[in-house]
Amino acid sequence: MAMVQVEIVTPQRKVFQGEVDILIARGVEGELGVMAGHAPLVTPLKTAPIRLKRGNEETLIAVSGGFLEVRPEKVNVLADTAELPEEIDVEQAKQAKTTHENALAGLNKNDPDYSIHKQALELAEVRLQVAEKGRKSM
Amino acid sequence: MQGMKEIKRRIRSVTNTRQITKAMEMVAAAKLRRAQEAAENARPYADKIKEVISSIAAGTRDFSHPMLETRPVKKTGYLVITSDRGLAGPYNSNLLRLVTQTLKERHASQDEYVLFVLGRKGRDFLLKRDYPVIEAVIGLSDTPSPEEIKTISTKAISMFADQTVDKLVIFYNQFVSPLVQTPVEKQLLPLASEEVLSGPVSVYDYEPDSETVLEVLLPKYAETLIYSALLDAKASEFGARMTAMGNATDNATEMIETLTLQYNRARQASITQEIAEIVAGANALS
Repeated sequence: MAMVQVEIVTPQRKVFQGEVDILIARGVEGELGVMAGHAPLVTPLKTAPIRLKRGNEETLIAVSGGFLEVRPEKVNVLADTAELPEEIDVEQAKQAKTTHENALAGLNKNDPDYSIHKQALELAEVRLQVAEKGRKSM
Repeated sequence: MQGMKEIKRRIRSVTNTRQITKAMEMVAAAKLRRAQEAAENARPYADKIKEVISSIAAGTRDFSHPMLETRPVKKTGYLVITSDRGLAGPYNSNLLRLVTQTLKERHASQDEYVLFVLGRKGRDFLLKRDYPVIEAVIGLSDTPSPEEIKTISTKAISMFADQTVDKLVIFYNQFVSPLVQTPVEKQLLPLASEEVLSGPVSVYDYEPDSETVLEVLLPKYAETLIYSALLDAKASEFGARMTAMGNATDNATEMIETLTLQYNRARQASITQEIAEIVAGANALS
């Protein structure tokens, strides 16, 4: 089966580059899977793990503030942050989760800080999820 | 003739100074390399965003967005990127001179503009002279992450979006080479449409649609531009510091040479004088 080239970059570095069988991401309109030969597409992404499958292996990458660009020969993910499972500091993520949960509990939905904490909480949760499931073989 | 002791003390003091400037030069050189790498790593991201925006622009008819449209300018926002620390030669002074001159030429009153400042040197300088600084960030790391300037860049961009300011301009030292940094002024928003529209173009499907994608991408692109400028400015800062410290080291070396010559002359003079005195004494006895 044809593989698809994937490159994940943030303003600071290139996080991942390689070939995968399928990339599964959560776009603003819902989950989508990209395989080789997908039609050109651009969509913003939600804060969620991106799943890269290659053979029997699956790698998760925690992505926030990103968007996906699909081209016939290549898939690019541009994100504010992107981390591989082994790069995630679990303790820090847990701590962030508690902090932002507490902050949210005391806030009204209309408060301008609400969405900031909400986003931070989501990112912390995604990080934990990625760190936990990380890489696996099926 | 200066006293020998005095000269010796000065030689020692200049030697100490030279050690410090030499160390600072080497530290700056190492940091410069890292800053250049960071600027290099940021490029793919910026290029990609620009390409997607160009593609949307090229593929959409009657394409428009507030961030791309020039409107009458009532108030201008200026972003000024300076360093936190001095000892970088004319790095900050050249830039701040350009800023103050431009402001003086362009605006009759302070109501016509606001300033966003990065770096302690610029903040202190501009606040002391009562410029309208509305937001400042200091203490940025040597290879800053986008989060460190998130607050200030988001504020600047949202002030443009809600029409508080009608134009955003950025001042920073552009990195030409480790030896040359030029203070430049660049327009940030509205995005220069010819720049956005040029460049490689691809045809895409957009999900949910091109307007929504553009809505997300344009502010991101503006943020990226600020971030790239900051990385460029950081590289310039270390370049400037390296050059300044290199010059200081050379000057110190020269000074040590002159002082050593003076010291030797003084030493010889005192020996000659002693001999003359002994000879005169011996002559008087015989």
